[in-house]
Amino acid sequence: MKSLIKGTVAGMIVSVALSGMAMAQTIRMGTEGAYPPYNFINDAGQVDGFEREVGDELCKRAGLTCEWVTNEWDSIIPNLVSGNYDTIIAGMSITAERDKVIDFTQDYYPASPSFFVAMSGQSVDLKGGVIAAQAATIQAGFVAESGATLVEFATPDETIQAVRNGEADAVLADSDFLAPIVAESNGELEVVGQERIGGGIGMGIRESDGDLKAKMDKAIGSMKADGTLNTMIKKWFGDDAATF
Amino acid sequence: MSCLATIQAYGLRSLGIGERLLPKTDITLCEHFVLIGSGMIWNVYFGILALGFGFWMALALAVGKNAHSPLLRLPATSFIFLFRGSPLFIQFFVAYQLFVLLPKVGVAINLGFVEITAETRWLTRAWLGAVIVLFMNTAAYAGEIFYGALRAVPKGDVEAAAAFGMTPRQIFWRVQCPTMLRLAWPSYTNEAIFMFHATTLVFFSGFPAWRQAGDALYYANYIADKTFNPFIAYPVVAAYFILLTLVIIGLWGLAEQYLNRHLPHGQRRRTRIRLPLIR
Amino acid sequence: MFEFCVEPSQLQGLTWLSCYLTTGKHMAFYTSFGTVLLLLALTAPTALLFGFCGAVASRSAIAPLRWIGRTYVAMVRGVPDIVFFLFVPIALDQGFEYIRHMALCPEVTEPIRRGNDFVVCTAAKLPLNADPQWMHETYGFLLAVLSFAIVFGAFAGNTLRGAFEAVPKAQIETAQAYGMTSRQLFWRILLPQMWIYALPGLSNLWAILTKATPLLFLLGVEDIVYWARELGSMKTSAFSYPHPNWQLWYFLGLLVFYLLLTWVSDRAFARLMARFNLGQGRTGSDTAAAGVGR
Repeated sequence: MKSLIKGTVAGMIVSVALSGMAMAQTIRMGTEGAYPPYNFINDAGQVDGFEREVGDELCKRAGLTCEWVTNEWDSIIPNLVSGNYDTIIAGMSITAERDKVIDFTQDYYPASPSFFVAMSGQSVDLKGGVIAAQAATIQAGFVAESGATLVEFATPDETIQAVRNGEADAVLADSDFLAPIVAESNGELEVVGQERIGGGIGMGIRESDGDLKAKMDKAIGSMKADGTLNTMIKKWFGDDAATF
Repeated sequence: MSCLATIQAYGLRSLGIGERLLPKTDITLCEHFVLIGSGMIWNVYFGILALGFGFWMALALAVGKNAHSPLLRLPATSFIFLFRGSPLFIQFFVAYQLFVLLPKVGVAINLGFVEITAETRWLTRAWLGAVIVLFMNTAAYAGEIFYGALRAVPKGDVEAAAAFGMTPRQIFWRVQCPTMLRLAWPSYTNEAIFMFHATTLVFFSGFPAWRQAGDALYYANYIADKTFNPFIAYPVVAAYFILLTLVIIGLWGLAEQYLNRHLPHGQRRRTRIRLPLIR
Repeated sequence: MFEFCVEPSQLQGLTWLSCYLTTGKHMAFYTSFGTVLLLLALTAPTALLFGFCGAVASRSAIAPLRWIGRTYVAMVRGVPDIVFFLFVPIALDQGFEYIRHMALCPEVTEPIRRGNDFVVCTAAKLPLNADPQWMHETYGFLLAVLSFAIVFGAFAGNTLRGAFEAVPKAQIETAQAYGMTSRQLFWRILLPQMWIYALPGLSNLWAILTKATPLLFLLGVEDIVYWARELGSMKTSAFSYPHPNWQLWYFLGLLVFYLLLTWVSDRAFARLMARFNLGQGRTGSDTAAAGVGR
């Protein structure tokens, strides 16, 4: 699957000629595969998660055939603009910086807060302490500007580990990623604060790919309208999750 | 911001000096060069310390592996096998995992005039932990190089020295060691180049970056993440490393001239020819 | 895999472990060892070819060819392989698509670079739209082989150039005295004699190449490091087999794999060396000296 390099499919919706035909266009969906419950590799080795379900439904509604590919988070945007896949559907918050380089569809998941998580029973100075975050995330950027000491790790797992072994006072990450971990830590970890960073989550698409963006926007709109999107959000993120 | 101002703001950013916040948007070419150049400080630091200490350890390993006594030979051989046989990438990972398991304590070290407290948590920081891993890695590789060269020292030289009544210690330092270094030097030059290249792995896989202070690749990664363009930041790192490699080749060449200073001019490069170049 | 694995949450101890270790993901992990070995098997000869061309070019009498050869060897040797892998494969991919675009769709007048986007016509895509997933994977894999071969070809070029120069002058002079043309001299004297000097360096290079394979995941190939990271990372109860962070164990497993690989290749090269040395009139210790280094 994956691929930095992989050549790429469908992409270019230069398919004026194709659009009238019955043949479905193949779209390659780029994801990270390491960010449950948004996207992860299940025990069978397939991409799974909230975004897999949403993505498959979107493709069905837009009449597209979808292939899933995984790519390292670090190079996920360069590979999109280089044409190795056609969409990014990887829990990517819509930010102004990213929007300069790629286009986003309307959000398919509302803005959710980021959580600070620390060992239970410790008082943590969130503005001056040592805060762990995954490198190249909006949370890392937030901590860098907040005045706290930022420690950056390559993977989200390492950030949690850093809190457990005392390297960092707290970790800042997306609430949906941290909530199940806190819940299953037997009281070892607790949420010590939250922060709103970034907007909702949208699908990233090349700026030159206006057709695809329009199709996806329409499909997301229809999923919002008939409530299927909210059902999926509740299924993956629990009944308390924010919905549309 | 003019380029001069950029240098003032970010020239020593990797050491935590200067502007606290990194540029976020519209990163200029000048900022590319300054930030990544500032990161090169760490690459040079890691390389110099690892090679500096590793050289002596490598000598010890080579002698150990060449020893008759299994008590010396086995540990040296296994050490070399372990560190040469596994990727540095994995060594960093495993070492970091082990370092964070250590209890967080301070050990008082008396330096005579001042007493400092060495903390075990320093090991989880790149400036110490990564240096230790790189040091062991280069010691193993250079140890193997030196061992091969040591075995190639002509028997006659050693026998002649023994006939002169030299002690084994004298034979090693005056006869075996200089010849060994001469033989091993071209390969050792390559090892040095590789060591400097390997320093880019420190923040990439093993150790976390604190306060956004990292090496050249860390900043290149940061910039590529902000500009979403890998075609400027990474080639800048590559350019810096090509320069660094030229400097290493120059310095190691000078050392080689010194080692071969006894040879007549035309033959100075003979050892290079005798020893098929490695890497 | 096994029939009793249907309900993982009910399992205990060894049964749990046997089910856990045979999940589809673990199978992909085991397969990836084959991927790495295949990459090595393909890269080694390709890199040797690149190196050979580089070495011959850098010794060429034609100046531009010599410059190209020397620049290739010197430049690529100077750049750390990780840095190289971070931008060269994408550049290669774009380069191929650009050439195909020029050849296949000359009628398209829109620029290929539109802002940040790199857009070639549908027919120029590599692989094509409609191609099945395995072709994309194969293409990605071949691109990885090519990238590795370019990097290690530069090192091989350096080693081979040294080996060419190590062939004793007397032999070359003798051949010239016999009236051999420079072509004959190259094929009959230089080339056969050069390998004995190159082998130690090449064995070294093989060792470095094997140690560089953990970087494969950077090239988008799902290699053993990718799976070890993925499988070892903490699994919440959203997964069938929840467990804490086990990455250390997986990485220790990889460590054993690499040690074994090194051990096997060391022995193989020792044998090859012994064979090459037959009839060479050199002592074993000479080659031991030559065999040093990474």
